[in-house]
Amino acid sequence: MPEIFQYEFMNRAILASVLVGATAPAFGVFLVLRRLSLIADTLSHVALAGVAIALLTKTFAPVVALIATTSAAVSIEELRMRRLLPGDAALAVFLYGSLAVAVVLISIADGFNSTLFSYLFGSVLTVTQTDLWWMAALAIVISVFMLMFSSELAQITFDPDIARINGVRVHLLNLGLAVLTGATITVSMRVVGVLLVGALIVIPVLVSLRITQGMTRTVIASSIVGVFVAVVGMVIAYYADIAPGGTVVLTAITLLVAVELGAFLSRSLGRHSRDPDLANHSHSHESHAHGTVDDSHGGQHSH
Amino acid sequence: MPANGSTELLSQDNGSDTESQVVDRQQDQNLPADQIPIRFDETWFSYNSVPVVRDINFSITPGEFAAILGPNGSGKTTLMKLALGLLKPTSGQVLLFGEPAETFTDWHKVGYVPQRTQATESRFPASVREIVNFGSYSGFSPLSIFKRDKSNRVDEAMEMAGIAQLASRRVSDLSVGQQQRMLIARSLVRKPELLVMDEPIAGVDAAGEEQFHTMVRRLNRDLGITIVMVSHDIGAVMREATTCACINRDIVFHGPVHQLDAQALSGLYGFPVDVLMHDYEHTHR
Repeated sequence: MPEIFQYEFMNRAILASVLVGATAPAFGVFLVLRRLSLIADTLSHVALAGVAIALLTKTFAPVVALIATTSAAVSIEELRMRRLLPGDAALAVFLYGSLAVAVVLISIADGFNSTLFSYLFGSVLTVTQTDLWWMAALAIVISVFMLMFSSELAQITFDPDIARINGVRVHLLNLGLAVLTGATITVSMRVVGVLLVGALIVIPVLVSLRITQGMTRTVIASSIVGVFVAVVGMVIAYYADIAPGGTVVLTAITLLVAVELGAFLSRSLGRHSRDPDLANHSHSHESHAHGTVDDSHGGQHSH
Repeated sequence: MPANGSTELLSQDNGSDTESQVVDRQQDQNLPADQIPIRFDETWFSYNSVPVVRDINFSITPGEFAAILGPNGSGKTTLMKLALGLLKPTSGQVLLFGEPAETFTDWHKVGYVPQRTQATESRFPASVREIVNFGSYSGFSPLSIFKRDKSNRVDEAMEMAGIAQLASRRVSDLSVGQQQRMLIARSLVRKPELLVMDEPIAGVDAAGEEQFHTMVRRLNRDLGITIVMVSHDIGAVMREATTCACINRDIVFHGPVHQLDAQALSGLYGFPVDVLMHDYEHTHR
């Protein structure tokens, strides 16, 4: 058995990575496609305020963070629905407001320490048995929610007005989505940390949008990519002795760059290996277009 | 405000004529309320206490192909959102098949094709078939993910909208015209009695436009679906629609298209449009 699996704490960390990697990006599909990626970032700062309250009051941080994120998620959704504040302004208010609360409370609680550091950037050492139970429970709730409302979520993501006229209870589902986004962030922050949790929600989704098609498949692919980057990142963090938040997100970004590069190459190769007649035809158009571009470049150069 | 300006122009220049043109609402009174697809009843709507829709009174009767004409910012889209219960009137009411639109629940009777969807700009991963299949949604059903779609109806609808060959294409790879036909197919799966479309051919090329009109004509004439279409294209409205409502915050004209004349259009746009009318007649003779 490799050395890495001989440590109890490391097994827990890997298990946590699997749970978080599977749930966060699956949820992220709906946020990314609705251009709500920033909500993840906002709620993670709210989670930090929750952690700060827990550190100050010496209560169980995941529960306090969960209460903070879900109530913030509901408030943001209500503000957005009632058009009391434009969507992005509501997010900004909550992001900076909660960060300010966190800074104040952390200062009162006597500054930065290792516990806070582990919440900010994740940690391989601090995932406890209790954390794991919380993660598993939330992962189950999130999976059940997504399975039950798969059609509704896809419809709202495609277009909320069409969904509503199709008989979908848009407002209620949006609230559910917001609450569970808060929950996902609370679960994920133990592994990648508050500051990088948004990346784990968004980047695996971008990878899977490139490699697959179909709503269900995209959700599943995002989960697989999420598990892969979370586990690989965690293992690298262990061997390099650094905070896993950084390694997980960098693994994800490396994968995204590779996939985008692959797509770009296959596109440009595909263009050359088409049916010869078609290729000739399109080539004549292209050369015409290129000619124009070249001319304009030439014109610019001569100036 | 430009909209106010044009309305004033109307009342100064040809107010009395236009009033006589406004078709009276008696025509729908023989029908039971639940058979009238849309009925605006002294409908007002304001954004931040600025009225955008003022005292609208008219009905869309079954089988009508109604065009909604009006300049930009005239409240056409707002009017459609009111009709579909997406907005609540500030005062008055909108009845959808006899029920207030905000509390309407019989959504299988109604198809809706918006101007553009949120998804068209992003890398939305769904296939055309998946989107069309949204139309077979009939309320919350847990584990619907494991059920097969109602293939026949979905296939039929895609055939009717002329997109059968695009079934497995990714939504974000479609042209604007193809996306509109996909959205119509989604509505057709529900076998609607009323199809509301908000500027469906904005950004569609000439060939696509012709295809689109042929299809909508079939839906209206062969299947008897009531059509409400917000449009900018006066020529197309004159050719295709049976009735027309001209909106500029309040209603300027409502009646059969053949009664739509230069005066009503001048009132609508705030400038003479005789030339446009002659052009139309010229090209079609």
